[in-house]
Amino acid sequence: MKKVIVPIGPYHPLFEEPEYFALYCDGERVVDVEWIAGYNHRGIEKISESKHWDQITFLVERICGICSTSHPIAYCNAVEDLAKVEIPERAKYIRCIIGELERIHSHLLWVGLAGHFLGYNTVFMWAWKYREPILDIMEMITGNRNHYAMMKIGGVRRDIDDAYIPIIRKILEDLKPKLNMLTNAVLDDPVLAARLKGVGVLTNKDIKEFGALGPVARASGLDIDVRRDSPHSAYGLVEWKVITQNEGDVFARAVVRLLECFESMKIIEQCLDNLKGKKGEISIDVRNIPPGEGIGHYEAPRGECFHYVRSDGTGSPLRHKIRAPSFNNIPTFKASCIGETISDVTIILAGVDPCYCCTERAIVAYDVNTQKKILDGSDFIRLSQEKTRKIEKEIGVAPSRWEEKNWERDN
Amino acid sequence: MDTLETIKKRFSDRIKNIKIHSDIRIYIEIDKKDLLDFAKFIFNDMDARFITATGVDNLDSMEVLYHFSIDREDVIVSLRVLLDREDPVIESLTPVVKGALNIEKEMYELLGIKFLNHPELKRFLLTEEYPEGVFPLRKDSQKGKK
Repeated sequence: MKKVIVPIGPYHPLFEEPEYFALYCDGERVVDVEWIAGYNHRGIEKISESKHWDQITFLVERICGICSTSHPIAYCNAVEDLAKVEIPERAKYIRCIIGELERIHSHLLWVGLAGHFLGYNTVFMWAWKYREPILDIMEMITGNRNHYAMMKIGGVRRDIDDAYIPIIRKILEDLKPKLNMLTNAVLDDPVLAARLKGVGVLTNKDIKEFGALGPVARASGLDIDVRRDSPHSAYGLVEWKVITQNEGDVFARAVVRLLECFESMKIIEQCLDNLKGKKGEISIDVRNIPPGEGIGHYEAPRGECFHYVRSDGTGSPLRHKIRAPSFNNIPTFKASCIGETISDVTIILAGVDPCYCCTERAIVAYDVNTQKKILDGSDFIRLSQEKTRKIEKEIGVAPSRWEEKNWERDN
Repeated sequence: MDTLETIKKRFSDRIKNIKIHSDIRIYIEIDKKDLLDFAKFIFNDMDARFITATGVDNLDSMEVLYHFSIDREDVIVSLRVLLDREDPVIESLTPVVKGALNIEKEMYELLGIKFLNHPELKRFLLTEEYPEGVFPLRKDSQKGKK
């Protein structure tokens, strides 16, 4: 067998920033993975040192398009920790609502794309269709489908009007049966089980060593969640539970994400109860940031988002360190990809949910010796989808049950 | 405050300075030669989670903060190490905590802090064309631009 390097990237929609992965393959098996980052390093930590404290809230929102409220929440937590400020109760509930709505849309986005990679385009269309109403709520509350600009140091920038509350409730109520159907369809499906169970396994030990976070850690039985362990905003004031699974494979990660959507809805509903019919401050003035240092973290859809700020008492931070969850989650590929086949790598890489913010895949396989192209992006998805078809045949499930004819034709 | 007491009990004479910002945020300043002992104790014996490390250019010194979270007690312990700015060298944490691999690479190229016994200390974020010996996150990097 010839040894082949399969480069993924540098510009690749699997990751929130363009990144480069080299898969060293022996035939179909992956024997090593190499990661080089920085293709989209925008120097936000450096830019931050030249901005005013209040401007940075909007700057950090631009780090990621999908979890765009997680960074501002973590940053505000850090500055509020530095200045020892307690935000008003109403602002706490509003922060939670925005954060959890974002979690639902982010998880549904992942489920849809995972479905597409596996050749279940019905799942893709369902999930993305059900995600739309969540974005509609966001637009109604904040004026934008993404980049909500809701957070500020000391509270939130906009109130949630009482008139919106019944509308939000109705949308969530309508979403529940659909999400239930989607969850059951995914969990009960024998082909998905055959395709995802036992694939890309990360043990509890791997998670601890790499410091992996969020659904990836919880799917491997590590019971960590910043929302519960370090309750900020209103997470300590509402009832909900942390979802964990013990298997550590891609299937477990899907289960964690789907079930978390229901917990998020629970949190949102309780927060709405606490907002309805009440009036109150939504923010307090934080004029001067005293010298000192502060740490804030927040459980983003992908895991803990960490911000460290240091002030010398002037208008901008002396140092602002940002650690996004994917920084810790991506190196786990060293443990999860090795020994797997190329057709499974697509879903394993997708399994940790590095933000998808582009629309194209740029994945090409070259022969090491001749530099001749062997496979490109669509081939990888095709390989993955073909494997699903093969499993379907083996266990006797008719593909038509899932596949919609138009999609079959288009792809 | 169990966390702080445990660390104090184990390393009473090796702590240089303790700053208690609040019940849940503790900063412990230590000497650079003690880093691995502290990290091993906090990461392995106290079962903490390694969050990340922060490199700070103080102009008169180079500072590295190693953040550990003890999730069950909701405490973040940050180990603070001050290094000589002209020659910032410190033992790598990667042999103890695998998750420190990439953040150390990042500090190496953005701040110029060298990590001894690091398995692959090479370019990670900057392009190959970027000049050697110029560290963009240092406070004087504008002046030092070649």
